[in-house]
Amino acid sequence: MNQRYVWGLAGLLAALGFTIFAYKWQALGFPVTRNQEVPVYTVESSIGFDSGPGSIKVNLHIPTLTPGFRMLSENSVSRGYGFSLNYGTGGRVAQWAIRRADGPQRIYYRITVYADPDSDESDTTPPFPPPPVIIEPFRTAVDVIVAEVREHSADTASFTSELLRRMNDPTPDPNVELLVSETGSFAELVESVTTILASARIPARVVNGFRMEGQQRDAEFLVWLEVHDGDRWRYFNPRTGEEGLPDDYLVWWRGNEPLLAVEGGSNVDIGFAIQENHLDAIAIAEARATQRDARAFDFSLYSLPITTQAVYSVLLMIPIGALVMVVLRNLIGIDAFGTFMPVLIALAFRETRLFWGVVLFTLLVALGLSIRFLLERLRLLLVPRLSAVLIVVVLLMLSISLVSHRLGMETGLSVALFPMVIISMTIERMSVMWEEKGAIDAIRAGFGSLAIAVAAYIFMGMGWLQHLIFTFPELLLVFLAIVLLLGRYTGYRLLELRRFRALANE
Amino acid sequence: MMFRIARRLRERGVLGLNERNTDFIMRLNPRKLYPRVDDKVLTKTLAIEAGMAVPELYGVIDNQGAVRGFPKIVADRESFVVKPAEGSGGEGILVVTGRSLRKRDAFRLASGLIITEAEIEHHISNIVSGQYSLSGTPDKAIIEYCVQFDPVFADVSYQGVPDVRVIVYRGYPVMAMVRLPTRASDGKANLHQGAVGAGVDISSGTTLQGVLDDEIVTEHPDTGALIAGVRIPQWDFILESAARGFEVTGLGYLGVDMVIDRNLGPLILEMNARPGLNIQLANQAGIAHRISRIEEIYDPAATPAERAQVARREFPAAGVSTPVSEAAAG
Repeated sequence: MNQRYVWGLAGLLAALGFTIFAYKWQALGFPVTRNQEVPVYTVESSIGFDSGPGSIKVNLHIPTLTPGFRMLSENSVSRGYGFSLNYGTGGRVAQWAIRRADGPQRIYYRITVYADPDSDESDTTPPFPPPPVIIEPFRTAVDVIVAEVREHSADTASFTSELLRRMNDPTPDPNVELLVSETGSFAELVESVTTILASARIPARVVNGFRMEGQQRDAEFLVWLEVHDGDRWRYFNPRTGEEGLPDDYLVWWRGNEPLLAVEGGSNVDIGFAIQENHLDAIAIAEARATQRDARAFDFSLYSLPITTQAVYSVLLMIPIGALVMVVLRNLIGIDAFGTFMPVLIALAFRETRLFWGVVLFTLLVALGLSIRFLLERLRLLLVPRLSAVLIVVVLLMLSISLVSHRLGMETGLSVALFPMVIISMTIERMSVMWEEKGAIDAIRAGFGSLAIAVAAYIFMGMGWLQHLIFTFPELLLVFLAIVLLLGRYTGYRLLELRRFRALANE
Repeated sequence: MMFRIARRLRERGVLGLNERNTDFIMRLNPRKLYPRVDDKVLTKTLAIEAGMAVPELYGVIDNQGAVRGFPKIVADRESFVVKPAEGSGGEGILVVTGRSLRKRDAFRLASGLIITEAEIEHHISNIVSGQYSLSGTPDKAIIEYCVQFDPVFADVSYQGVPDVRVIVYRGYPVMAMVRLPTRASDGKANLHQGAVGAGVDISSGTTLQGVLDDEIVTEHPDTGALIAGVRIPQWDFILESAARGFEVTGLGYLGVDMVIDRNLGPLILEMNARPGLNIQLANQAGIAHRISRIEEIYDPAATPAERAQVARREFPAAGVSTPVSEAAAG
């Protein structure tokens, strides 16, 4: 009954810990390894124009729905302009307005995005487009093309593909050639494709965007085609007719409204620059959690002030040390002084580094112990005796620091970081054990403590483990589960096999 | 290799520390009962109430004011022992074997030194202030009968105080050993300090081979005498007293330490709530099988004497062919 209860509780704790861990890792993208960086792209549009005499109004389409990407931040820089956001048919429109301005003006809009394959936000279902009004002779050409393409296709998608294939044919048929000859740029060609699709009662629109690859000083819009099949929007490469959107394609704006409109200004120019940066994955996870309104980040250690974070980064190592100690003491069977003394010594090792830590610890305990034996002869009461040992330990630490400083060994100064109370208690317990159980047991337990401290230091110093615990403190529940189970472990300790080996052979 | 040893030990019923702590001590020894064995005054009082043989208690001094009453306590005594009630490891024990021939207020210690009454009172004062108590709290000084050791173990011990330990599981004696002091152990019957532990055949009360620092030994390291084959006197009484330790303490997993007095026979010295596991090495046998056997035949109504007889019947050591009746007769 009792055993089942422990197993149940441990299972529950472990499951809870792993579930939160999995959610934060998989859904919110908290990084499991340290210094994990995620590429982020900053697209900067710079609008320049000469101001006219009157008020100025600048409208710029900016990204709204961006499949494959999520926005991390956006901002605009302008001198004295009022800023507002509006929604047009092609998505969000940023508007800058000013009553009067002098000379050349420049306005910047900057957006930072990161890739997120889960982001497949699609627009609402549009109404069926009204049949476009087309003048002859184009009207006949369009009708013929629509009729022919319809014959060679089965549904909206194959209709679009077939149409695009024909429009891009290097040796087009006369109807297509007539339409193509009327378009000046490729963007216009895609627009005429939407017109043809509209006359086939298929909602379609031009998509403008950039490919997010490396640094681009003068980024060029890449035109794409978006077609609604009655169920969802589908993307087509207008050059080849293939369906799909490149992974690194950021949709800037949709439709055929102009990208930029400047009222009251002249000599308008606009340029786009794309910059790729790398940002700590934690920041991305934070942004994602905020967007999803996930509570996980509110309770993350990363939301604490930096100084508090530093404290916790050390504190969270202690459970690791405790786990190491449970394993070494209850599974291996190493003797040690004090329950948590080795873990605290291991914490001190973080400052002194391992080699000097071991040297200083051994030196301190050995010297303290010899002085403790002198005190033994005085037959002091417990509390005064412990206080005397504590004072001796402080004096020893002081003299070790002074001597090593004289000798030019600055590492000796770090002896001050040892927990002096813990060292005093260790010396006291070691001398009591020395009396009660003999020197061999006492020295063995002393080295046992040191061995556990070293092992705990090694595990507590593992960067990936530190990161894992700090980012996913819920894993401590798993630690708790393991410790609970080890608390019910009734098998032999490893060293008992040696101790009782005489009983193992006949 | 490792797993083979572990399996082999499991087959032989060897109990490990983890199992002892979780399955026996934590389950059978409620912490609230610990004072009954940790405080030697309480242990003695309870043992006397239960009609057990203990070294006679001459007096207890539990405050500094009472220290002056010491001469009165020992007025009619020639020999006695002064020890702290919560001491451990044999610290602070004063063994007085007689009075000085010339002066009535001077005493002779076991080592032959002479000590004055004032010096003993100072020592008692130190005990009361907690000098020998590991927790550092005020303690009590016990003045009790000085055991006259039976010569039965004279050949196999070097000075000091040999004692008999019996492990009692839910009132049934399951395993026993004799702890023999050596020169290395400084006369103390403490296995950690180098005393020899000799297994005892529960059914006959005869010593088996010994163990010294986890190694099997057949001869005492100082006297050279054979350890095996010593017949412990009044074995029935020892087992019965040990079994009664369960009624006295309520502890289901108990170690009972006894000494054998030349005139008074076996006396209970102290009891232990977490007895060590070396006894298995001394007996060359695991304790777990015996415990599960007790679980099978456990009878809550059995008297201590009946339980002692059950132990004699159930646990004959391998290779020792002493019939129960003959041993009982001896």
